[in-house]
Amino acid sequence: MPLIKDGELIDDPWLRVADDQDLPDGPVIVSLERWQAAGDDVAAHNGPLGVVLASDQSPDLIGDDLGRFDLVALDFPAFTDGRAYSYARLLRERLGFKGEVRAVGNVLRDQVAFMVRCGFDAFDMADVNAAEAFRQALAEVSVTYQPAGDARRPAMALRQS
Amino acid sequence: MYRYDEFDHTLVAERVSQFRGQVARRVAGELTEEEFKPLRLMNGLYLQLHAYMLRVAIPYGVLSSLQMRKLAHIARVYDKGYGHFTTRQNIQYNWPKLPDVPDILDELAEVEMHAIQTSGNCIRNVTADQYAGVAGDEIEDPRIYAEIMRQWSTLHPEFSFLPRKFKIAITGAPNDRAAVKVHDIGLRMVRNEAGEPGFEVLVGGGQGRTPMIAHTVRDFLPIRHLLSYLEAILRVYNQLGRRDNKYKARIKILVHETGAEKFTAMVEDEWAQIKDTPLALPESEVARIKAYFAPPEYDTLDDNSPEFDAWRGGDRDFDLWVRANVAEHKVPGYAIANISLKPIGGTPGDATADQMEAVADLADRFSLGEIRVSHEQNLVLGDVKKRDLYALWQALKTHDLATANIGLISDMITCPGLDYCSLANARSIPIAQEISERFADLERQHDIGELKLKISGCINACGHHHVGHIGILGVDKKGVEHYQITLGGNADQNAAIGKIVGPAFSGDDVTDAVETIVETYLDIRADGESFLDTYQRAGLEPFKERLYAAH
Repeated sequence: MPLIKDGELIDDPWLRVADDQDLPDGPVIVSLERWQAAGDDVAAHNGPLGVVLASDQSPDLIGDDLGRFDLVALDFPAFTDGRAYSYARLLRERLGFKGEVRAVGNVLRDQVAFMVRCGFDAFDMADVNAAEAFRQALAEVSVTYQPAGDARRPAMALRQS
Repeated sequence: MYRYDEFDHTLVAERVSQFRGQVARRVAGELTEEEFKPLRLMNGLYLQLHAYMLRVAIPYGVLSSLQMRKLAHIARVYDKGYGHFTTRQNIQYNWPKLPDVPDILDELAEVEMHAIQTSGNCIRNVTADQYAGVAGDEIEDPRIYAEIMRQWSTLHPEFSFLPRKFKIAITGAPNDRAAVKVHDIGLRMVRNEAGEPGFEVLVGGGQGRTPMIAHTVRDFLPIRHLLSYLEAILRVYNQLGRRDNKYKARIKILVHETGAEKFTAMVEDEWAQIKDTPLALPESEVARIKAYFAPPEYDTLDDNSPEFDAWRGGDRDFDLWVRANVAEHKVPGYAIANISLKPIGGTPGDATADQMEAVADLADRFSLGEIRVSHEQNLVLGDVKKRDLYALWQALKTHDLATANIGLISDMITCPGLDYCSLANARSIPIAQEISERFADLERQHDIGELKLKISGCINACGHHHVGHIGILGVDKKGVEHYQITLGGNADQNAAIGKIVGPAFSGDDVTDAVETIVETYLDIRADGESFLDTYQRAGLEPFKERLYAAH
């Protein structure tokens, strides 16, 4: 699957590991259930650790453990399920998470501009021309009307200056 | 009224070219209809029974004459010469062609209009009292805050894929003309003990198949916290609103299942964490937008106009029109003139391109070039001098726009029903037309007095039947259209959901049933009692008895 990270197409260094698979060394992403089960293999894992949250799993569930993760993946089971937009903002703005926040699942070019504004910085996109689509999508609307999880200044603030 | 600055212009123009690209990808087959659907729905484009339907936002119901002329032009060039004004202060075009839609949006952008978020599971067009700024009972002009909310909600990155559509209404006056208690969020301007203006915040009202009256979650919200509080409500809803069943996905179900008290606590808890972020409204921004809605320079006039009184005394038809269609203005010598889009036997809310242009001309001539659209599907000229009312009325008559029935039985809210809508179970418009013809005699309507009749062609309740004094709901009974009648609903500050009077009536019998209900009221009303007063005193029984006596 093409991965867009910080706007560029890259080879995904992370491996998503199913709950019944052994953990290899290196960067791995595990489910919340596996993390919560607190197995020795996860505790002793040699390498960066990421966790994937399903769309009904709030980041509050890992709030105390965030320091342990370098990546949090938020799942869009369908692009119409918008819960993860709030989760991303909570991760960034409330919980202060500085690692990678990755959108996985049904991630489409017409949603990525919203996702960036909420704090996502990596996108697992099925689009064959993902990099070009991503660039275009982000260039489509230059004005924002509300503060969000990114650094863009909304019209309200720009009018003051 | 509000005028776009460079930011507003840029956003709308960019949004149009973005949509033009999306339409091109759809036409080229790069997007499936399923993938295109949420994109077109973010831009007000529906696929209906016979064609696409484009819904254009009229933010908080305010139009300039220039904008009204553009709406007429679009109706004439891209559609079949008419448009339909809706209960959410939008206008719908029923017959646009998909490749034309980006061009229509370009034309709208020229006059500072758009179709952004008039559909889809996002925050919809914010609606407001059609008498905003001119009503004497107002605390502050709600359009200031409606415009602030319009901007905040536009392309909101967090709230564009909510569990379901989300509707906000605001009224600036204690007399609620915006039906705020049947919206996802209702805002009522109030004053605190120190006399400062702010908002009472209501959440979880709605109609549809599970009608509910909104709960007050906060008695007083200072103006500067408007956006942070809305964001707190939406954030709780976005995370916890049901997504497993579209009929249980509105915020009213979340409030109901969580309990209003617990829901309120969750909102307050979220709000406490974001209230002092950049979401707090700077006073300068409120002042900037307020300036656009500053009252115009009114002439100093005597409130009494001898010419006006003479015309009223000499022309019975004019007198009836004034009684029903003219409301009091806050400035002496001025009046608010309602233009009924409910001619006897017509399609409620429809206006032809010629009528739209006529209204634009009359607004320029008599009402400072501004027009409002009401949620009851009529138009309003807000600033007419009393001494001009007679000339206005005569001009309106020549365009079939002078029906003297505002608030009376033939001033019905009616959804498009099975004539257009893919969701409907039954026709609404023909029923409305038949009832309107039955009560065509205006003297009789005036004798009956205030009576709000509302018709929906299916359980989704777009025709607001739950809050009609008489509500009519189209249902499908084994393939045959039937109509269930409710009584006692009310959309104002004393909002109530109507009660079902008994078994449904066939399409052939429903007009007779309405007449029986009205006759019953006329027989049992006490002096000065409106239909709703009588219902509240006497209950369903007398109506039920008469309706079903013969069966």
